[in-house]
Amino acid sequence: MELLVFVLSSAMVLGGAIGVVALRNPVHAALSLVLTLFGIAVHFVSLEAHFLAAVQVIVYAGAIVVLFLFVIMLLGVDKAENLQIEPFPVQRWLAGIVGLGLSGMLIASIVRGRDTLAENEPLPASGDDNIRALARNLFTDHVFAFEFTSVLLIVAVAGTVLLTRKTSPDEKAATAEQAARLQASQRQQADQ
Amino acid sequence: MLAAIIPTTTYYLVLASVLFAIGATGLLIRRNPLVMFMCIELMLNAVNLTFVAFAIRFANIDGQTAVFFVMVVAAAEVVVGLGIIISILRRRPGATADDLAELRG
Repeated sequence: MELLVFVLSSAMVLGGAIGVVALRNPVHAALSLVLTLFGIAVHFVSLEAHFLAAVQVIVYAGAIVVLFLFVIMLLGVDKAENLQIEPFPVQRWLAGIVGLGLSGMLIASIVRGRDTLAENEPLPASGDDNIRALARNLFTDHVFAFEFTSVLLIVAVAGTVLLTRKTSPDEKAATAEQAARLQASQRQQADQ
Repeated sequence: MLAAIIPTTTYYLVLASVLFAIGATGLLIRRNPLVMFMCIELMLNAVNLTFVAFAIRFANIDGQTAVFFVMVVAAAEVVVGLGIIISILRRRPGATADDLAELRG
């Protein structure tokens, strides 16, 4: 039963991942990203990380992918790209070699060390206890990091608002006028 | 017989390494900045899966806390990255990663 769940959700994960890389339309790529993220959430459930599975669905599949789709629709880049055009043809081959080599080396090292990984120790926490254990760990050992993430989020929000703000023509004129006035006063000071 | 096999940490690690490699390959192949961002998300999720697998292997909840932080940082990163992409693509519609090689506006 566990194996069946593992195989099915792994197929979801890998199929979605290949879809993200191979599909020509960015909207389809975003939707297959949802498939991958749901598969990962299923894996989290079978690994007893119930809280993280819920957060995965809400934050990743809910918020982040919707953000991607918003941007795609907002910019109107939802046209299919032509993947045949390749300005630097060696790059595909090199990328394929890098991907195969990376996964090959990682799998080789995992298989070599599989004796140390053979058995799962039973987690003491399960069900509701998972959230309790996670919260205790987060708010005792990692409380400073937790507080700093709030600073990070504030900075990210402020930075994004600043980055995407359109400066209106009036505002631009006002800034230019201000700069000219500043220059004039500096010149006056220099003359005196 | 097959049903008796319980997936161990090794299975999850192999899956995560394949997912990470697919994400890295996509990041190298694709030229649309949005799709490159999605490939980064794939790689982050592969790492999250290894964290959770090791958390259950060593019966230590620290791995799950790390995943929590990775998720927060990923959310912030996506927000800032998409903001940058919006402000670039507003100026030059249809730009690819190659067109952005020089930083001049």
